[in-house]
Amino acid sequence: MDGVTATGVRASARIVARADGRGATVLPVLDGEGPLALRRVRSAGTEARVMVVGAMSGPLGGDRFTLAARVEEGARLHVGSAAATIALPGQAKGEARYDVTLDVADGAELHWLPEQLISADGSDLHVATRAELGAGARLVLREEQVLGRVGEPSGRLTSRLTVRVAGRTVLDQELACGPGAPGGWDGPAVLSGHRAVGQLVVVRPEFEAHPVPARVLGEYAALVPLTGPAALVSAVAPDALRLRRLLDELLAQLG
Amino acid sequence: MSRAALLVLADGRFPAGGHAHSGGAEAAVRAGRITDAATLAEFCRGRLHTAGLVAGALAAAAALGTDPGELDAAADARTPSPALRGVARRLGRQLLRAARTTWPSPELDALAAAFPKGAHQPVVLGLAARAAGLGPADAAHCALYESVSGPATATVRLLSLDPFDATGVLARLAPELDRVADAAVEAARRAAAEGVDALPAGSAPLLEVMAEAHAAWPVRLFAS
Repeated sequence: MDGVTATGVRASARIVARADGRGATVLPVLDGEGPLALRRVRSAGTEARVMVVGAMSGPLGGDRFTLAARVEEGARLHVGSAAATIALPGQAKGEARYDVTLDVADGAELHWLPEQLISADGSDLHVATRAELGAGARLVLREEQVLGRVGEPSGRLTSRLTVRVAGRTVLDQELACGPGAPGGWDGPAVLSGHRAVGQLVVVRPEFEAHPVPARVLGEYAALVPLTGPAALVSAVAPDALRLRRLLDELLAQLG
Repeated sequence: MSRAALLVLADGRFPAGGHAHSGGAEAAVRAGRITDAATLAEFCRGRLHTAGLVAGALAAAAALGTDPGELDAAADARTPSPALRGVARRLGRQLLRAARTTWPSPELDALAAAFPKGAHQPVVLGLAARAAGLGPADAAHCALYESVSGPATATVRLLSLDPFDATGVLARLAPELDRVADAAVEAARRAAAEGVDALPAGSAPLLEVMAEAHAAWPVRLFAS
C-alpha cells in the first residue's frame, strides 16, 4: 500500500499459483496489503485456497484497488473472500476503481468466488474484472452486486466483466446503476426494482463440442451457452440471499 | 451524404423484417412491467443505453470500415442470450438481402459470402449505410432509433396503447437518442484505433433473461 493520501488509498494484491509436480498447488506469490490482505487457508485435495480478508473498509471514493491472480499450467486455485466488499463514499473526490485481472493457463483451473459487492448510498465505484484463459483452462467465476445496504438507495456502480478464452472474447458485459447512471437502469428493461444482480461464468473445454442447453429458472434467472467453451448464469433478485440461491441452483444443474 | 438515403434505410417499411420483433416488449408487457406510456418510456430508455448503445456503436464502426468479422464476434460477446444472437443473425440476413438489392456493393457481397447464416444486424446495418453513401453517425442513429421504435410500435399492438402516445414517447426520447448516438460514434472511432474491445458493452439483465423465456413460449405475437 502506498499509503492514504488526499486522493484515496492505493492497494494491490497478487497471487501466483503453481503446480508443484507432485499433484498439489503451491503459492510462490501471495502478496496483499491493507484492504486486500490475503490468507492461505486449508487446501481441499490438489487445489490451493486463498481468502481475501479486507483489513480496512472500502473501497472509498478515490481509492484504487488492483487484484491480480495467475494460475499456471496444471495448478488449481480457489479464491474466496471473508466478507462482502462494501463500496462507501469517501473523503476524496471522484470514483473509486477496483480492477481484477485473472490469468488462467492452459490446463489450469480457477474458482473465483468472492462474496457480494455492496454499493452503499453515496458511493461511486467502477469495477472491472478481466479474465484471460488459455485454450484448455477451466474457470468458475461469480460476481454479485447488491444495490444499497438494507433499506437504503444504491450508490453509483459500474461493473464490467470480460472473459477471453484462447484470445477470443466470449463475454463482455457492463452494468451501470445508481444515481447518475444512464437512464432506465432501474426500469422494466434492465433491473425493474431488483436490488441484487449476479453472473456466474463457467468455462470448460468440453463445452466447445457440447454447449450447455439454455435453461430458464423461474422468471429472473437463466443459464445460457456463450459462443465458445463457456456458459453464463445471469440472475436478478430482490436481495442477496435469493440471488445466491438462484446462482447456486443453476450452477448445480451444470453438474 | 444523402439525407434521402438515410430516410430509405430508416423507414419502417424498408423490407428487412424488423416489424416482427418487439425488442423484448412482448415479454415485458406479459410480465406486467410495461402497462402504459410512462413504463414504455422507461423500458425504451433502458434499452437505448444498453443494447441500443452497443448496436449503435457496432453499426457506426461497420460504417467506418472496421472489419465486420471482428465486429460480429464482439456482438456475440455482448449478447449472452442465444435466443437474441439467433434473432440478430436472422434480422441481419434479411437486411443484407434487402440492402444488396437496394445498394449493390462488393462489401455487402463479401459479407454475405463470409456469413451465410447471417451476421449480427447492426454490423449489416453499418455496412448497408456505407454502401448507401452514409456515415457512422447515420448508421448509429438508425440502429438506436430501431432499438426503441420496435418496442414502441409493438406496444401499440400488445396493449392497445394509443399510437399518438407511443409516438410521443419516441419524440421525447429524441434528444437523449442524439446524445447516445454521439457516444456510439465516439466509441466506434476509438475502436478503430484501439480494437473492438473498446466498444461499449452495456447489458440489460432482464432483457437477456426474458428473451430466453420468451423464445420458449408456444404462442406469441412477436418473434422476439
